Amino acid sequence: MSDAPLIEVDHLIKRFGPKVVLRNLDFQAYGGEFVALLGPNGAGKTTFLRILSSLSGPTMGRVRIAGHELPRQAAAVRRRLGVVSHMPLLYGDLTAEENLRFYGRMYDVARIDEQITAILDLVGLAGRRRDLVRTFSRGMQQRLAIGRAVLHDPDVLLLDEPHTGLDQDACEMLDAVLRQVAARGRTVVMTSHDLSRVEDLATRFDVLTRGAIRASIGKVDMPRDGLLAFYRQSLEKARAEGEKGGR
Amino acid sequence: MRNYLRALGAVIWKDLAAELRSRELLSAMLVFALLVLFIFNFALELNVKARLSVTSGVLWVTFVFAGTIGLNRSLAIEKDRGCLDGLLLAPVDRTAIYFGKAVANFLFIMVVAAIVLPVYSILYNTNLFAQPGLLLVIVLGAEGYVAVGTLLAAMAVQTRTRDMLLPILLFPVILPVLVAAVKASSGYLQGLPMVEIQPWINLLLVYDVVFTAISFMVFEFVVEE
Amino acid sequence: MKNGLSSWPKALIVLDVLALLGLAFASYMVFVYAPIEAVMGPVQKVFYFHVATGWVGMLGFGAAVVAGIAYLITRKTVWDLVGLGAIEIGLVFMLINIATGSIWARPIWNTWWTWDPRLTTATIMELVYAAYLMLRGGVEDPEKRARFGAIYAIIGFISVPLTFFSIRIYRTIHPLVIGGNDPTADGSFAMTPAMSTTFMVALIVFTVVYISLLWHRIRLGQLGERVERLRIQHSV
Repeated sequence: MSDAPLIEVDHLIKRFGPKVVLRNLDFQAYGGEFVALLGPNGAGKTTFLRILSSLSGPTMGRVRIAGHELPRQAAAVRRRLGVVSHMPLLYGDLTAEENLRFYGRMYDVARIDEQITAILDLVGLAGRRRDLVRTFSRGMQQRLAIGRAVLHDPDVLLLDEPHTGLDQDACEMLDAVLRQVAARGRTVVMTSHDLSRVEDLATRFDVLTRGAIRASIGKVDMPRDGLLAFYRQSLEKARAEGEKGGR
Repeated sequence: MRNYLRALGAVIWKDLAAELRSRELLSAMLVFALLVLFIFNFALELNVKARLSVTSGVLWVTFVFAGTIGLNRSLAIEKDRGCLDGLLLAPVDRTAIYFGKAVANFLFIMVVAAIVLPVYSILYNTNLFAQPGLLLVIVLGAEGYVAVGTLLAAMAVQTRTRDMLLPILLFPVILPVLVAAVKASSGYLQGLPMVEIQPWINLLLVYDVVFTAISFMVFEFVVEE
Repeated sequence: MKNGLSSWPKALIVLDVLALLGLAFASYMVFVYAPIEAVMGPVQKVFYFHVATGWVGMLGFGAAVVAGIAYLITRKTVWDLVGLGAIEIGLVFMLINIATGSIWARPIWNTWWTWDPRLTTATIMELVYAAYLMLRGGVEDPEKRARFGAIYAIIGFISVPLTFFSIRIYRTIHPLVIGGNDPTADGSFAMTPAMSTTFMVALIVFTVVYISLLWHRIRLGQLGERVERLRIQHSV
């Protein structure tokens, strides 16, 4: 783990017209951490992730990734980011290989043929190289999506509920890929609904509710099977505080 | 710069490759264009004499309407599977996406023209290829149309009323292209002297330059969040 | 949170009064003061309101473009309100312009509609206005709505002169009033000093009316925003 946080978020506020989605959100992630971002629906997890991935801009506040400030230096940041959302971001009419080649060109990936082969091996889709993505199951598409996200060897990987719509087997395959990908010292921020999935993968758990991070705990500090309890407690506490504040 | 061109090339290649596989976009545009041609035959009494004066009008109406189908589909593909985000995440200038899409759309319209022209020639027993000037007009007209159309389609596809909205936004704004293209095409087909056709060609050039530049400058604002 | 929206700013009250008085005065000038034109008769008087509303309609577009560019640069929502108001009101004035143009055309050229450059361009401008409003109607996110509106206003604004030229090269029947002193040209006429004065008065009055309406519209929009903010705060 390095000295300065790789991701730094200070007093982030995001408004859509009159509606405030994120209010004074603070967040940090150091190199190598795997942060699971938990929270109820509508808490702002997707909005937060979109801001981190440079797709959306903050209304107020500071967001820095790898020393670059968003949104001003967004172009520099994008090269270091890999993003997986619940939509696969793949072109159905192209083959797996063609999809990767396209993104490889967009990201100016070196030695692209080697890299494509390596990625396809990593996500277990080497045999489906020449098949149209349209024919893939959702699980396969998500795995390819992760492959697409790490094709250019980013430092930061952002995942928005990647397990959505996957059955048990597909989830396990996805987790295997995630473990490998995280093992290379990357910083990972993953939002999730499914507590059981993240319990093994993550090194840290943050709870985002009512527009800000209300609680955070490292894996080492957490009792076994205590994630659910921690999560519920955090939500309860946040609700109570909110009501007390009279908002 | 090389990076920009590489990304531009990648977007164009991607659109062409995907279209070659599915042929959805082209077949929709073609079928629609041919249907429009047929409808014109029955809607307008196209006897030999009348035909000469309405040919360019019929052709351009066909292109304009078939074009909106192509534009809509081209941008809808990106929006629907969230692929637009994929493009926006890439570390390239957003205008590369604009140009890539615009060039691909332009090529699609050229393909439609390449088929509509001979079909029209056969159906109505006129040789549209006798005047190469017609091709110049089609190229210039299509460029202006696609330059604005790609920008407006990128907006329209993000709204609720998506499919209806593009023609409503596009048609008032491309009127100069339509007028100039029809008059210039007519001029060439009727063998008018160059001095009469020149003002229309000039208008097309002005439109193309102005609107390509503006769309290029403004595209960033359409896709940001 | 005092926004000053609860009270009617003094300047606006003055403007409103001026606008109303101006309209009365201009009407007087048009119907009483200005002479009856020799060739066309009383119907020529439509001209004063016709051109004035046309001028204001185009002013509206100009204002919308300036507001659009200002919004894209500063991202302040007030510019979006200016743009929206400018177009909404411009739409109405332009409609009056087209209608009066039609009314004027009927006795002169014996037709309700002529495909001449100015009338046609005015109608197309009107269609662009309508398209602008439909575009906004299809977008839910206020920020995106403002952005898209600004962009379309710019695109529309630039297309209008090109449209005008294209149709002008295409046909010409519309009278060349300003600068065209050839009485043999169909429908044109020479302006006496009394007419010129009336014409200028009409232009100025309508501009004042426009600004007053626009100001009211902006205030209405701001009030609406405030209501929306309060609604969201209290529903949480």
